[in-house]
Amino acid sequence: MKVKTKNLIENIVHGIFLVLGLVTVASVLMITVYLIVSGIPAIKEIGLPNFLLGKKWASTAAEPSYGILPFILTSVYGTAGAIVLGVPVGFMAAVYLAKMANKRVRTVVVEAVSLLAGIPSVVYGLVGMMVLVPGIRKVFNVPDGASLLAAIIVLAIMILPSIIKVSMTSLEAVPREYEDASLALGATPTETYFRVSVPAAKSGIAAAVVLGVGRAIGEAMAVMMVSGNAPNMPELFQSVRFLTTAVASEMSYSSGLQRQALFSIALVLFLFIMLINATLNFLLKRDKSNG
Amino acid sequence: MKKLISLVLAALMALTLFAACGKSDNGGTTDNNDNAEVTGTVSTDGSTSMEKVIMSLGEAFQADNKGITVGYNPTGSGSGITAVSEGRCDIGLASRALKDDEKASGLKETVLALDGIAIIVNPENKVSDLSIEQIAKIYTGEITNWKDVGGADAEIVLIGREAGSGTRDGFESITDTKDACKYRQELTSTGDVITTVAGNPNAIGYASLASVKDTVKALSVGGVAPTEATVSDGTYAVQRPFVLVTKDGTELSAAAQKFFEYATGAAAADVISAAGAVPVAK
Repeated sequence: MKVKTKNLIENIVHGIFLVLGLVTVASVLMITVYLIVSGIPAIKEIGLPNFLLGKKWASTAAEPSYGILPFILTSVYGTAGAIVLGVPVGFMAAVYLAKMANKRVRTVVVEAVSLLAGIPSVVYGLVGMMVLVPGIRKVFNVPDGASLLAAIIVLAIMILPSIIKVSMTSLEAVPREYEDASLALGATPTETYFRVSVPAAKSGIAAAVVLGVGRAIGEAMAVMMVSGNAPNMPELFQSVRFLTTAVASEMSYSSGLQRQALFSIALVLFLFIMLINATLNFLLKRDKSNG
Repeated sequence: MKKLISLVLAALMALTLFAACGKSDNGGTTDNNDNAEVTGTVSTDGSTSMEKVIMSLGEAFQADNKGITVGYNPTGSGSGITAVSEGRCDIGLASRALKDDEKASGLKETVLALDGIAIIVNPENKVSDLSIEQIAKIYTGEITNWKDVGGADAEIVLIGREAGSGTRDGFESITDTKDACKYRQELTSTGDVITTVAGNPNAIGYASLASVKDTVKALSVGGVAPTEATVSDGTYAVQRPFVLVTKDGTELSAAAQKFFEYATGAAAADVISAAGAVPVAK
């Protein structure tokens, strides 16, 4: 009897947790299916080459054109720019925090990084809009500061926490013996960190970069507030529109084919993110099998 | 002990599930309670430009009709029109006249008020008057420097709204610049436009007259300053209607009907003008 009740409870609890676990899976499936179903019709109507390679987006014009190449390139350039600015800073910070910093500095800086990760993106956008955009206008003497550059700077700061934290974790996981051996052979601490620790943690650091890419390419709110949102081909000081902001800025008033095309943009963005996730998984798996 | 805890937890979870179901059921039934006593909710959905007007009307209306709640969902003119045609709200709000195909689909428009669209520049800007033609030329990129219209020697920065916005549609159709505007920035709210223009001495933008603040300067158009009087008598050219959209042939709920009558009646005129728009009800 007792064993039976125990089993019953065990089964019930198991069932409940299974259902809760399936909620996530169901959400992912639902979103994927929904995006594909609502994203395909517009691509069919516009034609895939016209949609992906068209250079002009004029969704509400009398003769609308739905080319999203400017958005794709902007997202790619913007993310690449954020990585170029953000990764060196984040990587060096991670090496410093994981290996060189004394305990007190480390505690303070790690706290600050966590805080940075917790700041809502709309706040990044607001500060960017009020400080960065007028700043760029004055410093570079351009008519308007809302530009790709402003978005890149905001994104670079936004991806710092993920890069620092993930790189730090993987640097800290490097076995102490490796470093001791290197030091015993006469290498200086700095040589040891860059020649031994960093190579040993390289797939973790690569994962950190990919995570940063994912965060940057998916960000909408902050870039919407600083990038100007005109559907131009990307240029550093030109007002630009990202894949994310293209969806977000027109969704509320859209209708008909325009709305369907927005779903198609979301689908393209979704595929980008999927690709990034797959890369991330690949890197992490390789990390595990390596050691 | 552990067993007991997990059992209690499981029971609690099951209960919350049921509780959630129960709640939504209740929500469904109260909606149908539109009996003799007029109580209930009026849902309005649409133009973000109409927020101030509808919120003020809603507040004034609720003060006299305790049982009725007026809800407002700021989604945009297009979404509001879709919502009313799909029956998702009682009254749709549009800051433009209905298009012919929308009227053909069985929707009815009632003009609630007129709204002037102010052409705004930074207070530092020396220019204080532009003609409609000049505005059109500026926005289509024919005039790109402020010195050509009497201002400082600086490039004009065009600020506008996103495609589909009622304000943008209103502005572009009035200035006849549809699809031809060379925006430097396309922002998603009136507030963003005002903030951006206030922050850039070379910017020009447009925003609902009701929302314009002291941080920007509203230009006069063809010598006529944008005020309630000039909008109402039609001399200020850049203006558009605020429209209540209903389904033709479908009766409103008692509460919605009462609100509709109040909003279009003479009593609401003061509230509408206090909110910055120009009432049309006589």
